[in-house]
Amino acid sequence: MATNVYMEALSPTMEEGRVAKWHKRDGDAVKAGETLAEVETDKAVMDLVARADGVLRQVAVAEGQTVPVGSVVAVIASPGEALGAAPAAAAPATPAGSGKRETGNVATVTAPAPVAVTPLPSAPPTDATRVKASPLARRMAKEAGVDLKLVAGSGPGGRVVKKDLDRAPVVAAAPFPVSRVPHPERTGAPYEDVPLTQIRKTIAKRLATSLGPIPHFFLTTEVDMERAAEARDALNKQLGDRGKVSFNDIVIKATALALRTHRACNAWFQEDHIRYWNEVHIGMAVAVEDGLITPVIRSADLKSLGEIGREAKDLAEQARNRRLQPNEYTGATFSVSNLGMFDIDQFTAVINPPEAGIIAVGSIVQKAVVLDGQVTARRRMRLTMSCDHRVIDGATGAAFLQTLKQMLENPLAMLL
Amino acid sequence: MASQFDVIILGGGPAGYVAAIRSAQLGMSTAVIEKEKLGGVCVNIGCIPTKALLHSAYIARLLREAKEFGVEAGAVKTDYGVAMQRSRKVSDQNSKGVEFLMKKNKVTVVKGSGVLLPGRKVKVAGDTYEAKKAVIIATGSRVKGLPQIGLEINKTTVISSDEALFLEKAPASLAIIGAGAVGMEFADIFHAFGTKVTLIEALPRILPLEDPEASDALAKSYKKRGIDVIPGAKVKKGTAGKDKVTLEVEASGATQKLEVATVLMAAGRAVNTESIGLAECGVQVTERGFIKVDAGLQTTAPGYYAIGDVAGPPMLAHKGMREGVTVTELVAGKKPHAIRYDNVPSVTYCHPEVASIGLTEDQCKERKLEYVAGRFPFSANGRARGTGETEGFVKILRDKKYGEILGAHIVGGHASEIIHELAVARENEYTVEEVELAIHAHPTMSEAVAQAALDSLGRVVDM
Repeated sequence: MATNVYMEALSPTMEEGRVAKWHKRDGDAVKAGETLAEVETDKAVMDLVARADGVLRQVAVAEGQTVPVGSVVAVIASPGEALGAAPAAAAPATPAGSGKRETGNVATVTAPAPVAVTPLPSAPPTDATRVKASPLARRMAKEAGVDLKLVAGSGPGGRVVKKDLDRAPVVAAAPFPVSRVPHPERTGAPYEDVPLTQIRKTIAKRLATSLGPIPHFFLTTEVDMERAAEARDALNKQLGDRGKVSFNDIVIKATALALRTHRACNAWFQEDHIRYWNEVHIGMAVAVEDGLITPVIRSADLKSLGEIGREAKDLAEQARNRRLQPNEYTGATFSVSNLGMFDIDQFTAVINPPEAGIIAVGSIVQKAVVLDGQVTARRRMRLTMSCDHRVIDGATGAAFLQTLKQMLENPLAMLL
Repeated sequence: MASQFDVIILGGGPAGYVAAIRSAQLGMSTAVIEKEKLGGVCVNIGCIPTKALLHSAYIARLLREAKEFGVEAGAVKTDYGVAMQRSRKVSDQNSKGVEFLMKKNKVTVVKGSGVLLPGRKVKVAGDTYEAKKAVIIATGSRVKGLPQIGLEINKTTVISSDEALFLEKAPASLAIIGAGAVGMEFADIFHAFGTKVTLIEALPRILPLEDPEASDALAKSYKKRGIDVIPGAKVKKGTAGKDKVTLEVEASGATQKLEVATVLMAAGRAVNTESIGLAECGVQVTERGFIKVDAGLQTTAPGYYAIGDVAGPPMLAHKGMREGVTVTELVAGKKPHAIRYDNVPSVTYCHPEVASIGLTEDQCKERKLEYVAGRFPFSANGRARGTGETEGFVKILRDKKYGEILGAHIVGGHASEIIHELAVARENEYTVEEVELAIHAHPTMSEAVAQAALDSLGRVVDM
């Protein structure tokens, strides 16, 4: 009878464990009490020991991988015992072409296999269902409409207490985790482990479900921004003190309009279907103290540049003050990320699933460009589009990007 | 070669001995340096012996009122000397208890006065001890008196609590200067032993740090009993004679002359920071004379920590004890729960007792907090009626919006024991609703806490 090897709770607060090193390989004989693997818990590296005698089989978690407590990571079988399907908690082991292994050894795990930890394209993290919070914090959060799951607790065992809610500038509607600033006190310890806030965990989990599983490809183009700049100057003059239009607003508007004509790029990849959106909601990445958040400009294709400018400024400010409401940062159909202000020429952005694409905007720089046979100085900007190949093919993405480039180079086209 | 320990603690009072035990529990080799008896002021000349004397006072009063309860005790005779001897035994037992705990936890006790040296070393007489991890300063405080009013403590007619605790006889008359916890407790004790007591307080009310309602309740109770209470008083002149002291006291615009056998200075304490080598080690003190510490109780000299009275107010044994636990856990690399200095209970063990935690109503007003006060008098509590302890009340100040317990004030028999329900509630951020939801046994004095919580919610049942 085979015995399952579980990821055990090696510390009272451990919720998941990372297999740092396997001491035994698939097929090795093991004795009860022997160390099977070193597991990195939330506190330390600890030993996962065998609970039975036999042969280690069906190792389902590769080194470096993290699985929740209670997952089956392997089984201990009697020598020669026939086993059923591989443990459910982990993906099938990948046969690794490790030449150093002796032949005859089948299916060993030496390369990280994408183990299904808890696949969650948009589902909330499972460990977030139970929130530790004081009665007072609960009452305050309920009153203010704050999601306690998003608040990092500083009380015993990560319990959310009043001061965690107080730290947000405005208690009412603080949807963001308050960053845990390490205590300035000198504790004598050489470092301090600051637990991940739920937003940080969510970013980690969601982005890991992006660049890993999503087959990205990237398209870059350089856009001449001379006319956009002229248009912006004229518009800002016209607006006077009624607001300002930034280059980013122009990019958002142009992207929204281009998406309207390229619905193939305005889509969500869902497990068994693709949702093509008729509405265009643009997510704009905003850096906040403890991470980033993408507030959404809804129906950006229908809004004027002035409206987009005001809304973008407002949302960015709300985001930095942690006052965004959930409906203000969910539901984007496509995103724009801009690092131009940091003098980044070009970069690739990570797709925010389930969206299928994101535009990364570089800085606008004067360059020597050959125009009509003459070398002239022109303001140029690089756009890089990240595409989810499951939704967008190369040519589809390229056609969209071409439209976007044309719109930016001829801003009047936006009026069409 | 210096003797080495992981942790060396200077001072074996409540902060120091608790730090020593926790340090040993955490597996660190530990030494405590104490020049007098283990247990410090608290065990030997403070909290513990006064509690013994207060109980003697309580019994005296109980016997005087026993007839009403159907018990004839005859003429009640009191002897302060006997009560004092008993209190000494209690102190000695406690001090021996601390000695036993040191042995049990394998803490080395070094007898003598320690002087700090740079390099985490402490010198005691000719020996030098070296701490590998930390030197913890827990030297405590002592009686200082109020030299500014021109009355020096002469230990005969002008005494401090240090002498009061060793008197063979209660004085015929006694003026107590300072109506904080110490003054209030000695007024209670000596009055029960037949002394004519006058209680003088410079601030406008006795127990000036407590909620005004608590001060008023005690003033009323003391006056009813025949203790003269003079708040808002200024001692203009004090003349100490051979067997009497004359005081000129100005209060409410009038000056009165008091002639008493003894004056007890029950105000002013000084921290023991002199001649222990602080400056030489780079340990700085604050403007008020306390040792400067950071949030981790470390002084301005790395490796030197300070806890208890020397580390700043409140100068209470239980605050020092908590710091003793926290500091050793920090030294051991643990991450202890941060001390909530706003949640240290304050208790005066006079009769009726006064216990409080958190903000007073005045402080709520000063901070412009929106609060609701809930009250319940012990005169409406069945248990209190049964035992004849109907003086006092429970008062809870709660935040108007969320019900957070901002402060709680109890005057009454056993208030010192009842307050902890509210300490637990505040430490864990329970609101008045959680306090009320907990079923309170009937009949108990503690029911008044639940009723005061209910009163703050506008739903009081028993009144």
